[in-house]
Amino acid sequence: METLELVETHANRPKFRSHYDNYIGGKWVPPVGGEYFDNTSPVDGSLIAKMPRSKAADVDLAVAAAQKAFETWGKTSATERSKVLLQIADVIEKNLEFLARVETVENGKALRETMAADLPLCVDHFRYFAGVIRAEEGSATELNADTLSLIIKEPVGVVGQIIPWNFPLLMATWKLAPALAAGCCVVIKPAEQTPTSLAIMFELLEGIVPAGVVNIIQGFGPEAGKPLAQHKGINKVAFTGETTTGRLIMQYASENLIPVTMELGGKSPNIFMKSIADHDDEFFDKCVEGAVMFALNQGEICTCPSRLLVHEDIYDKFMERVIARTKAIKLGHPLDPDTMMGAQASNDQYEKILSYIDIGKQEGAEVLTGGGPADSVEGGFYIQPTIFKGNNKMRIFQEEIFGPVLSVTTFKDADEAVAIANDTLYGLGAGFWSRDAHELYTIPRQIQAGRVWVNCYHDYPAHAPFGGYKKSGFGRENHLMMLNHYRQVKNLLISYSKNKLGFF
Amino acid sequence: MTTQTTSRVNVTPSASDIISKVRAEHGPLMFHQSGGCCDGSSPMCYEDGEFIIGSSDVLLGQIDGCNFWMSSDQFEYWQHTHLTIDVTPGRGASFSLEIPMGVRFMIRSRLFEPDEMEHLAPVHVGPLE
Repeated sequence: METLELVETHANRPKFRSHYDNYIGGKWVPPVGGEYFDNTSPVDGSLIAKMPRSKAADVDLAVAAAQKAFETWGKTSATERSKVLLQIADVIEKNLEFLARVETVENGKALRETMAADLPLCVDHFRYFAGVIRAEEGSATELNADTLSLIIKEPVGVVGQIIPWNFPLLMATWKLAPALAAGCCVVIKPAEQTPTSLAIMFELLEGIVPAGVVNIIQGFGPEAGKPLAQHKGINKVAFTGETTTGRLIMQYASENLIPVTMELGGKSPNIFMKSIADHDDEFFDKCVEGAVMFALNQGEICTCPSRLLVHEDIYDKFMERVIARTKAIKLGHPLDPDTMMGAQASNDQYEKILSYIDIGKQEGAEVLTGGGPADSVEGGFYIQPTIFKGNNKMRIFQEEIFGPVLSVTTFKDADEAVAIANDTLYGLGAGFWSRDAHELYTIPRQIQAGRVWVNCYHDYPAHAPFGGYKKSGFGRENHLMMLNHYRQVKNLLISYSKNKLGFF
Repeated sequence: MTTQTTSRVNVTPSASDIISKVRAEHGPLMFHQSGGCCDGSSPMCYEDGEFIIGSSDVLLGQIDGCNFWMSSDQFEYWQHTHLTIDVTPGRGASFSLEIPMGVRFMIRSRLFEPDEMEHLAPVHVGPLE
């Protein structure tokens, strides 16, 4: 393996190879058609590397390699699989800063986020699944004196995983860790905006993951993602993305009668009750930060708290602080450790966000701060953190902008807050902030979302299940319950009776 | 008094040009407006019939001979706006057919004027016969 050396520049941009290949059966394999596409950085528009433009024939090779590997990997002990997961975690940890820089150059997000969140979470996630499979047990039930029911979990087989571009390594980890822990083999397709970091991670992992257990196919959605989702050789599909593609993947899965898990985004409400402003203390300061969390990862998070719901009595006091904190967000080169908000991931994403800022203004929403592009680095895609004031029926309150755009409105009481919070097609995340011990439990229970952060936001620890209600999808990642989405139940029903039933 | 109806969807010349190129390669096309994560809130372009239209989908109209669909619950929040399908350089991330060309369809929106609202073309709900 070639050494991945760092070129010391002012921004410590990692040195990339001129091109990368697909990873199939433990080998780096050029695409069958021989075509590559340019992967450019949203930081400054520069070329990162050429990536394979794979087609159905490449997917066939990857699925065949995964099927072959499953013959042995599917039978390995939890001890062996756990050891592999721990070794993966160790390699990521050892190369954490390097991988963080790769991720920043490829995705555009600020280095301090990849250093403090993306990569450490990857490490912990692999360790979590390495741990839980060592502690798991099946079950045995004596149904009567002569009859025993054994429940054994078996891996579903080969899974297809389609990964988004907003957290390229972390989202891959969320899907790879439970699948490998369960004993499945994987064909994974990174997003075409961010294909390189996973290839680099698996270069570092060579010799650790057995050949064919993880296969990486690069390319465009309609050419490589679609044949993967449709492939008759896969036994399950896991997808993170948007609703129309989600429906299409379910349509393909229905043709093959295989299960799917989906995480399809949201329009998350972040509710601030009157009591938060009772004191101007550390907690009030935490609340201000909680409202400004819409700017984390440039707003490119399915759970971005993009709808801010503030009690009308504290609106002026709270928003003055929230706007000031938003204005203090330092934009700049994403590789500068002081930069707080980096680049949007691609030009089309940038254009889409600006089109939403435009429709927000047309609908009469008031711009409280921001409201346009920023020019942090020439050639990159930067947008000012933006706050609109409006009402929940506006399109900027109903559609996932996937950018640093916050829409704020007020409520009179808890009932109205819940009604506004639930007036959305989605139900992935929500935030609830209060000093009132009673409503800290009762109101979050009324919010239709799979994850309600109470007096916190954007925390994603392993061992806390994460997934959607309503049109935000189904399946629960980050938790041992995800293992069962990659397994099926084998029931051995055993009779110890020597006597016939007597029917025949 | 005019009886002319207001269309709900339109297309820019540059998007039209891309539609022609995609159609030359793939044949008749359809659009379905997405929502949600990542590449959501973007229009998806598929071979006609690739995406199964359900009873919950609304047909907003046609652009360059392609049906433009959206789920009915999403339409509830979009119906007061006119949509123009445009195109921009970019990578996209979905199964939309223009992506390998290095461009991505996108939506530009404007509010309908009050007199336009009175003459909006009716929408069709559910699969076409």
